[in-house]
Amino acid sequence: MTRWPRPLRRRPMETLAIGLIALGFLMLFQPFLLEFYTYSFVTLLTGTVMFIVVTKFPD
Amino acid sequence: MLNRTADTLARATPSRVARKVRGLSDRGVAWLFIAPTMLLLLAINIFPLVWAIGLSFTNYRANRPNEPIKNVGLQNYQRILGDSDIWIAMQTTAHFVLWTIVLQTLIGFALAYLIDRKFRGHAFWTTIILIPMMLSPAVVGNFWRFLYQPQTGLFAYAVSFFTGIPNTSIDMLGSVGAAPWAIVIVDTWMWTPYVMLICLAGLRSIPDYIYEAAEVDRASPWRQFWSITLPMALPFIMLAVLFRGIENFKMFDMVNLLTGGGPGSTTEVASITLKRQAFESWRTGYSSAFAIILFVAVFGLANIYVKALNRVKQR
Repeated sequence: MTRWPRPLRRRPMETLAIGLIALGFLMLFQPFLLEFYTYSFVTLLTGTVMFIVVTKFPD
Repeated sequence: MLNRTADTLARATPSRVARKVRGLSDRGVAWLFIAPTMLLLLAINIFPLVWAIGLSFTNYRANRPNEPIKNVGLQNYQRILGDSDIWIAMQTTAHFVLWTIVLQTLIGFALAYLIDRKFRGHAFWTTIILIPMMLSPAVVGNFWRFLYQPQTGLFAYAVSFFTGIPNTSIDMLGSVGAAPWAIVIVDTWMWTPYVMLICLAGLRSIPDYIYEAAEVDRASPWRQFWSITLPMALPFIMLAVLFRGIENFKMFDMVNLLTGGGPGSTTEVASITLKRQAFESWRTGYSSAFAIILFVAVFGLANIYVKALNRVKQR
């Protein structure tokens, strides 16, 4: 049994990272609000870096 | 016999080399073989990427190499992400990617499904269908320009024949409404065979005994399609969508040849804007930042897509 904290385990963190990537991607290409486009890259980058890191976390 | 040959070879090896190789572990020898490829990959993939990341924080202009390079921090990124013209180019790219993928997947899978039923001459028709994929984008771009000509083009003639609209008023590449669709049509025409080929590999990998078992259970062809064919071919379809998605985000040659981003900026996809900034305005730092934004978008999406693909494969 791993001592890794439950909220920091791979599955929930990975879901969060995937959610951020998907949100960032939609924000980057949506045609509705320029502000969404402005903050899309930060969201996308956070999600991508997070995804790369958390896939190494234990289950 | 084998030992004698090995002995002869060992004796023929210069003692200096033999001493060096003998001192290496299995891991060391493996590294020795992998190292050239790794170095090549680093030189042609990783180094330019790192260099572009570095340039994206500067005001560097490739046409003024002797000017001092100033670090501008995140200014390039802020400008790109606040520029409404680039925002519109992103929407044009999204429109292009979405429709080409939807059309190519639907038509590609339908063609693969038809070709998979081994009818007479199916090999001949497979070859015919695959021809567009084998052509160079430069050739395809040029001959579709001729096909789209309002006065003499076959496309305008065919549309006019079926709809009754005079062919002189069918200007696919010059009309604001039709130009984006003209590019979607050409890309779909060219790359549907590629999707078909991948889907065909998926369909051919489904063992016949599964269909035989379904027949025994009296499953209708419709039921067999939804419960056997589609789920088992899904990883292949997803792979085709991933490949085409990544390729279409980078689409440049076809758009450049067909419309050059026009009329106005209706077909100016992200890669055309990038090329204009990099090689017409010579804003190298700015365009590097733009390239990094596109890279992160494609990389992020590819990551979650591969994750989804693995989940589908595990089912």
